[in-house]
Amino acid sequence: MDITEFYQTFFEEADELLAEMEQLLLGLDMDAPDSEHLNAIFRAAHSIKGGAATFGFVALTDTTHLLENLLDRARHQEIRLRKEMIDAFLETKDVLQEQISAYRAGAEPDPDMVARICAVLQQLAQEESAGAKPAAPAPVAVAAAVPAPAAAAAGNAQLRVRFSRISESDRKLLSAELENLGTVAAQTQSEDSLTLWLETSCEADDIIAVCCFIIDIDQIDITQEAATPALPAAEPLPVEPPEPAPAKVVAITAATAPPKVAAAATVAAAPAAAKESSSIRVDVEKVDQIINLVGELVITQSMLAQTAATLDPVLHERLLNGMGQLERNARDLQESVMSIRMMQMDYVFSRFPRLVRDLTDKLGKQVQLVTFGKATELDKSLIERIIDPLTHLVRNSLDHGIEQPEQRIAAGKDPVGELLLSAQHQGGNIVIEVSDDGAGLNREKIVAKAIQQGMAISDTISDDEVWQLIFAPGFSTAEKITDVSGRGVGMDVVKRNIQEMGGHVEIASRQGNGTTTKIVLPLTLAILDGMSVKVGNEVYILPLNYVIESLQPRAEDIHSVSNEEQVLHVRGEYLPLTELHRVFSVADARTDPTQGIVVILHGEGKRFALLVDQLVGQHQVVVKNLETNYRKVAGISAATILGDGSVALIVDVAALQRAGREKAPLLAAA
Amino acid sequence: MTTRTILVVDDSAVMRKLIAAALAEGDYQVLLAADGAAAMLHARTAAVDLVLTDWNMPAMGGHQLIRELRQLENHAETPILVLTTEASDAEKAGARAAGASGWLRKPIEPATLLEVVASMVAD
Repeated sequence: MDITEFYQTFFEEADELLAEMEQLLLGLDMDAPDSEHLNAIFRAAHSIKGGAATFGFVALTDTTHLLENLLDRARHQEIRLRKEMIDAFLETKDVLQEQISAYRAGAEPDPDMVARICAVLQQLAQEESAGAKPAAPAPVAVAAAVPAPAAAAAGNAQLRVRFSRISESDRKLLSAELENLGTVAAQTQSEDSLTLWLETSCEADDIIAVCCFIIDIDQIDITQEAATPALPAAEPLPVEPPEPAPAKVVAITAATAPPKVAAAATVAAAPAAAKESSSIRVDVEKVDQIINLVGELVITQSMLAQTAATLDPVLHERLLNGMGQLERNARDLQESVMSIRMMQMDYVFSRFPRLVRDLTDKLGKQVQLVTFGKATELDKSLIERIIDPLTHLVRNSLDHGIEQPEQRIAAGKDPVGELLLSAQHQGGNIVIEVSDDGAGLNREKIVAKAIQQGMAISDTISDDEVWQLIFAPGFSTAEKITDVSGRGVGMDVVKRNIQEMGGHVEIASRQGNGTTTKIVLPLTLAILDGMSVKVGNEVYILPLNYVIESLQPRAEDIHSVSNEEQVLHVRGEYLPLTELHRVFSVADARTDPTQGIVVILHGEGKRFALLVDQLVGQHQVVVKNLETNYRKVAGISAATILGDGSVALIVDVAALQRAGREKAPLLAAA
Repeated sequence: MTTRTILVVDDSAVMRKLIAAALAEGDYQVLLAADGAAAMLHARTAAVDLVLTDWNMPAMGGHQLIRELRQLENHAETPILVLTTEASDAEKAGARAAGASGWLRKPIEPATLLEVVASMVAD
């Protein structure tokens, strides 16, 4: 039996247990801890220790042993939980995680780290034993404490000691005596007999000599068993039964247990009899390949649909019915395939309780974290890329947003601040919000800072435009630089990251009443609802979620602001007019706006008008990355292949909007 | 000697796998259960000759499992061994009071496990 083949199972189980332990620790009410939760935390440590000892992971065994002892006393109400204790437990959890990573990589954990955390735990245990007031846990370099009970008896002989015809009181005495002589590996009893398996360096005669004080010599029977092999176990010596045969292993799933436990039970079966699990692991690349192929299928389908639309519906009724069916099937197939990549936002949100706890401690603030919409699903690639920006926003809210308790009380607020994380679907987008009830953004400070940095600021600048300033590179109004959220490098990075994901960021804030940062993301990057427009002989795709309306402008609605700039008057509002043919230097395009079509787009909270020759139609297009297939092109976010096989470029609306706005300060200054 | 059936109850998948692998060295039929409820289901429906159970388990712990097993007519006398990590006296006493026939210290040595199991099911 090769024990190493069980490592992987152990590591996975330990990871799960640690995650559960952390979650339970974070949710623990220190004044009135739920005993079930305390038991569960204890059991997690206990299980990890058991596995670690079995596999001979000494450092892990030692650390979990100390943790388990404290937890055991806590669950028996022998010690009262304090905040420092929970902190130490959480820190231990992190250290255990690192130890497991080390073992996983086939290495030994860092001994200094192990010694340090063991010292912290021992200190806690001592403080509790002495009943003394806690001092600051001294980081004494105690040599990796606690002998591993498992390793103690390696190399010793194992004796089977059997006592017959003994009374209940003798049984207790005898088992206590034998425990003094060595390590009792197992013990069984029947009506009047007691059998112990003892790992000891003593001889059989020594044992008889000790036991003779309690019972007669003819009641004692000692046999030598196999020597204990050192861990990890090589081939064990099967003493009896003599002919080893493979065990027939039958698995059963838990009868009344929750699904998670049932799954665990299934995994438990020995390899041969393992039942199919209800989920499979698949390489993301394989899924992406299917998504791509389905995308191609959808393109082909829409190509056929275009051709079929020209046919006589009466003559080709059956073909057209089939086409309708194909379209529905293709769409259903596409949706189901896309759903494979979808993950719940809980994957992201679940990492924040710990972050919030650690940071609020560090900052001396009190914050309650509320999450909403954990089950909202988002594409896997997006969910992984949203973690960093979201972490940044949460740090900002905690550091700069939510005030110190005294300040909050002075402002008539609850001393405990609230940080809300939410996710929800809105149309084809997912909206993620980070909202705090802190001090809010300070308009004067931001404007002053912007002027100081040499930005041209108009006096009539709107609040929304002021908030946008904090997304400028290198912009920070933080009064002091903290190691929590740094120097404000970052909001520009946050914005850029979100934009690269095809989304945008909006900020709403009221001084004294908190800040809400809203991230709007597409559900997936792979497929886009687009409006195709024609300019000269070129077809461009405008992402449909930017499009508000389209209209044919009248000559009197177009006003020239300067030689280069034109604005369009739409229902009392003047919108900057961008000519697409000019942006991409397209020849043979219609240059007279009244001969073309204007599409009103909104990007980053602002609206503008885009002149094109004509509208072609609406399609769902499969997004092909332009950078990997060609190179980055300014003003273009990606490409797609149309039904007729030609390539169309997808317009980067946000980039056009920015290009337009760069001219805006000139206007304001003029 | 007919093939004996051993019921292994542990909430840890690693432990179940390890014990099953160790018992595979002997001629045993092994039933696995991840919790007390599954163990009771086995005990009611299959002929079990020996029970190896963890002590600390969620929902139904080893203590309660042994008590319930002992109330089943066919398991009043079945050997039940408790697996305990540190073999604390309190646990051992509790296991005995509940009706356990003995205990085995974790980490389990495959050879010891086989010996102890063999001695319990031999007669």
